[in-house]
Amino acid sequence: MIKENLGIRKSDVINRRMFIVGAAKIVVFVGIVARLFSLQINENKKYLTLSDKNRIREWKLPPTRGNIVDYFGNIIAGNLKVYQLHIIPEQVENFNYLLVRLKTLLNLSDKKIQKIVNLKNKLKPWDSIIVSENLSWSQFLKVNNYLYDLVGVKPVMTISRNYPYSEMYTHVLGYVSQPNEEEILENEIVKERFVPGMKIGKLGLEKTLENQLIGTNAIQRYEVNAYGKRINQLEHQKGLQGSKIRLTLDTEVQKLSAQLLSNKAGSISVMDIYTGDVIAMYSSPSYDPNLFLFGISQDEWQLIRNNPLKPLINKTLSGLYSPGSTIKPIVALSALENNIINPNFKVKCTGKTELYGQTFHCWKEKGHGFVSLKNAMKQSCDTYFYEIARLLGVDRLNVTAKKFGLGEKVLGEYFDNEKRGLFPNTNWKKNNLGRGWVLGETLITGIGQGYTQTTPLQLCLMTAQIANGGYKIKPKIIVNDDPLTLEDVKKSMELQSLQKPYTKLFNDSKNIKIVQEAMFSSTNEQFGTSYRSRIDDPKYQFAGKTGTSQVKRISKRERELDLKLEQIPYKDRDHALYVAYGPYKNPRYALSIIVEHGGSGSKAAAPMAKELFKLIIDRDELRNKQSNFENINI
Amino acid sequence: MFQRDTLNSELSFFQKIKEMDYTLLICITLLSIISLLVMYSTDGGEILFHTKSHFSKLAVFFPLMIFIAFFNIRYWHTFAYLFYLLIILLLLYVSFFGLKSSGSQRWMDLYLFVLQPSELMKIAIILCLAKYYHRIKVENVNSLTSIILVLSIIIIPTIFVISQPDLGTSILIVLSGLIVLWLGGVRIKYFVYSFVTFLISLPFIISFLKPYQKLRILTFLDPDRDPLGAGYQIIQSKIAIGSGGLDGKGFLKGTQSYLDFLPEKHTDFIFTLFSEEFGFIGSVGLLILYTIIIFRIIRIGALSRSNFSKLFCFSFAFSIFIYIVVNLSMVLGLLPIVGSPLPIMSYGGSSMLATMIGFGIVLSAKINHKQIIA
Repeated sequence: MIKENLGIRKSDVINRRMFIVGAAKIVVFVGIVARLFSLQINENKKYLTLSDKNRIREWKLPPTRGNIVDYFGNIIAGNLKVYQLHIIPEQVENFNYLLVRLKTLLNLSDKKIQKIVNLKNKLKPWDSIIVSENLSWSQFLKVNNYLYDLVGVKPVMTISRNYPYSEMYTHVLGYVSQPNEEEILENEIVKERFVPGMKIGKLGLEKTLENQLIGTNAIQRYEVNAYGKRINQLEHQKGLQGSKIRLTLDTEVQKLSAQLLSNKAGSISVMDIYTGDVIAMYSSPSYDPNLFLFGISQDEWQLIRNNPLKPLINKTLSGLYSPGSTIKPIVALSALENNIINPNFKVKCTGKTELYGQTFHCWKEKGHGFVSLKNAMKQSCDTYFYEIARLLGVDRLNVTAKKFGLGEKVLGEYFDNEKRGLFPNTNWKKNNLGRGWVLGETLITGIGQGYTQTTPLQLCLMTAQIANGGYKIKPKIIVNDDPLTLEDVKKSMELQSLQKPYTKLFNDSKNIKIVQEAMFSSTNEQFGTSYRSRIDDPKYQFAGKTGTSQVKRISKRERELDLKLEQIPYKDRDHALYVAYGPYKNPRYALSIIVEHGGSGSKAAAPMAKELFKLIIDRDELRNKQSNFENINI
Repeated sequence: MFQRDTLNSELSFFQKIKEMDYTLLICITLLSIISLLVMYSTDGGEILFHTKSHFSKLAVFFPLMIFIAFFNIRYWHTFAYLFYLLIILLLLYVSFFGLKSSGSQRWMDLYLFVLQPSELMKIAIILCLAKYYHRIKVENVNSLTSIILVLSIIIIPTIFVISQPDLGTSILIVLSGLIVLWLGGVRIKYFVYSFVTFLISLPFIISFLKPYQKLRILTFLDPDRDPLGAGYQIIQSKIAIGSGGLDGKGFLKGTQSYLDFLPEKHTDFIFTLFSEEFGFIGSVGLLILYTIIIFRIIRIGALSRSNFSKLFCFSFAFSIFIYIVVNLSMVLGLLPIVGSPLPIMSYGGSSMLATMIGFGIVLSAKINHKQIIA
């Protein structure tokens, strides 16, 4: 009985205590449900995002660069399909065997093989190794034929920059290549869009227009597992090709320029004297920009670098030359504008001038006798220009030269390698050389020697601005949406009435006319320095001025020897220059030609102008029809 | 005497069938089916190793549960101490000859499957203490000798298990033992005192922990401390559960598990996968299922006439509850990570074996609820 009582008591204890525990259990379970609720309902969005972040990974693909076309819509920098070979290590059965097979198939070097092995050890097994960035078609076919034997190899088609005219446009376009770290970091857009294998502009317009040309990345989204392996592709977002850029250049004229300058060092520039369109801009020699796309070989690079004609220098923009006699139109204009002389002013040329015991020679040893402005220009009489420069003074000459664009960049915003050149005055010398100006320096400045340094494009612009009647134009190389037609421009220049009047560079338009006539006679009248290169047909007839720029001071002995060109060492030969515009009756185009160490301007440079004007003027009609960009189908 | 008792009190087979608790049986069956489906999902929607193995274990242990259910609970009372001693011996064996895996030595190879004796200790300790409190006089419960004796019963296996090392299981063994003490009538103030003592000595205990165990506690306090290392599991687990939302991502569509972001998804983190695929609704449903099981077991305890059955059922119900709470709190980021499986759901033979034996005894208690054990 007692035992039973005790038993009942015991079970009471058990039941009571069970009740306490049971209540606690309910509380804890409610707590767990609350936690579930907070995670799954309240914070669901947050964790859903985190889960997607876990499983979805984006792969950016290199963007496709915009095309660059010439004025007529020909692609001069485009994109080409290239064939690449990738290895996916995790799919390879026998890596060594594969390497041996590829080595024989593609003639890979031992160094390349070593590189692949190193890459394989560095990358994850599902990351592809690029064996060859640019397979030739025959290599690609070969690999495809043996694909059954090359387990783990994937032929891939991708897009690469291509320059169809190879070296024709190198100095204008530059080229693209793999960027280094610094180049990626300094451009925000490149930094954002960079993916391995992407190339950026290293030089020229490819570099300065990078942000327009670059295009946007295509994006592939993949579901990946915890180890980063792609499981399946979710979507593909297409990228946008970079903007198309249309240049003012004419490939045909560019081609002829290249042809004329073949095997020579020099530059040809052609410009529309009203619109400022640069029609040709060629620096010789050039090199093939396609070589840089996949990394240039050491041999090829040395060949370009060590070429004595210096293909790496863009002579049109960064080549600095004494303008020689091509400066004479400006000297004459300056003298006329400042009323130092009138067209009838005459000087007697005896072949040399003495000044403070120093002798200044005319190119013609016997002298020209009494010469007027027109004859002095025609025969390029140095004595005449010594005299008017002396009367004018370098400071006044400097003002005129500056107005016509000397000493200023022409296309500065587009080419970071363009040089400003130099046109001196007395202040400049004092500030930079610390010495006073000497009158003798005025004399040689008057014939384009001495301190004066100009780029070929500056001379072209100078000539264009004389040709259009003395109005300032804004040279351009990219076709923009300037709504002004040629007629508008002409009208604006003559009437000074439109909203955007063209700055007059003269006081009296008669003076420009006088200079133009003098340049005409220099080319089209007997005894003119470029008379032999003239075209009589008024359709093509042009006016110009030769120049011969001394590279080295001629000693008295050399002057007496009167050496033939071939007898002088190449490095010591004069640069040959020629500036011209045409057609004379109704001018439209100006050009400048420089042949480095070519000898005299009349022999080496002027004949090229004849060829060029024939082509340029023949293409004038075509060019005028082509003005509306929208009509071009590329 | 033994013989006579058996003959006298034994129910007929049909009586046993009639007395079976079908609600509990159905709930356990349902849980087994869910566990199979989830295992199938961890295998990526294919019947692979884990699914097959889990199925074969269910195929053996579920019938074992039924088999135990038909045995009179008296036998468990009779052999409780022996069973406890047997498991102690196994723990001793394992500590010398056990299989090692990832730094701990807890298993013994039984050819057919690998046994983890510490899991069985979770049941054995309840049986042993239930028998003790069944037999002891109420006035002796709080005597010093009694307290020392029951504490030794708890501490001896715990030391073995901690030294394996296996913190999770040893905590569960201690808690399973303590609940019997509580139900047996040990004074509440002892629990309060020892809890206070525990809190005070906590810093010392921590200093005895292995470096990886300390790291787990630190990680629990701040999972973002090392998101790719120690905190990875808990962060990924929370992402999986949280991204499940109200109705889940759908069966076989849990990206966190399918793409291998979830660690230990077969075992301790199985709830994470379930919760990702079936969402809040599914998770609460599973909790309700567990709650029904627990309350069903408590009900059986309440029905039982013998204190042994009562003590066993209540304690077992509590330990099932504790397993669930520890496991869920861990995957939900409420507790530090200690290895503790979710009953029946988690992959692992010993845990399932122990749970099924427990269920079997409970079912037997139901069938024999009128039995008085001397």
